[in-house]
Amino acid sequence: MLLATLAFYLFSTVLIVAALMVVSARNPVHSVLFLILAFFNAAALFVLLGAEFLAMVLIIVYVGAVAVLFLFVVMMLDIDFVELRQGFLNYVPYGLVVGGVLLAELAIVGFGWVISPEAGAVAANPISSDTTNTEALGLVLYTKYVHVFQGAGMVLLVAMIGAIVLTHRYREGVKRQSAHQQVGRRREDAVELRKVRPGEGL
Amino acid sequence: MAEIGLSHYLILAAGLFTIGIFGIFLNRKNVIIILMSVELILLAVNINLVAFSSFLGDLTGQVFALLVLTVAAAEAAIGLAILVVYFRNRGSIAVEDVNTMRG
Repeated sequence: MLLATLAFYLFSTVLIVAALMVVSARNPVHSVLFLILAFFNAAALFVLLGAEFLAMVLIIVYVGAVAVLFLFVVMMLDIDFVELRQGFLNYVPYGLVVGGVLLAELAIVGFGWVISPEAGAVAANPISSDTTNTEALGLVLYTKYVHVFQGAGMVLLVAMIGAIVLTHRYREGVKRQSAHQQVGRRREDAVELRKVRPGEGL
Repeated sequence: MAEIGLSHYLILAAGLFTIGIFGIFLNRKNVIIILMSVELILLAVNINLVAFSSFLGDLTGQVFALLVLTVAAAEAAIGLAILVVYFRNRGSIAVEDVNTMRG
């Protein structure tokens, strides 16, 4: 058990430090890299909690897709980051005040509750010890929560179409496929029969 | 060294959440860092959900964490798309002066 305790403190410390570096790094590329580090440590904490499937999904989705997307945008846009950082320190007091108030509120809530002893008995989907985490998650996700699951799929579809529509632009002078022209083409427009006499050209 | 309980994870998530809020205030001009701070906040929420799920023995929390993950991915995609369009139009990503739509 000592090993698990040590692992928790190690991963959570690195997670907090990486999160602090994300918000305070000078270079946004470093911010994204620290974000990736934070996600890896969160995934390790999920493994400690027994949620292996979510840990792997976190790495695949966040590190593999979201963080790479961030990195792509940071590097693609030609942004003057020095200018953006001006007045950076002016906002520290506001951030500290709001963050401190929020933390105090969370602490008040955190010390004020207890888990009811009956909580374990009313669990909607009790975790059984004879199935793996992935299997158990699949058993409820595709049966009990199938509509929510479909809704999540719709959210992703709308996000995908929205991103494409937003960033798509029509540019002049670029050869593109035009489906309606291709379909509307008739034989008479494309093929012409000519009689060619011997010894003469067209 | 005490056994790691639910409150350890809740304190960690509260700290992460606060760092995310702090980051939004700290980088008022840089919208990329603001989006990353939102990701941190959602990660804190996910840690809460998974910790409760694990310590109460109820799988529902993990299902909800999965849905939060989906929404976070969609939000990042849309947010970055808006950012790219904004940069194309304005040549800058300073969000402090986004007031062209004000009447």
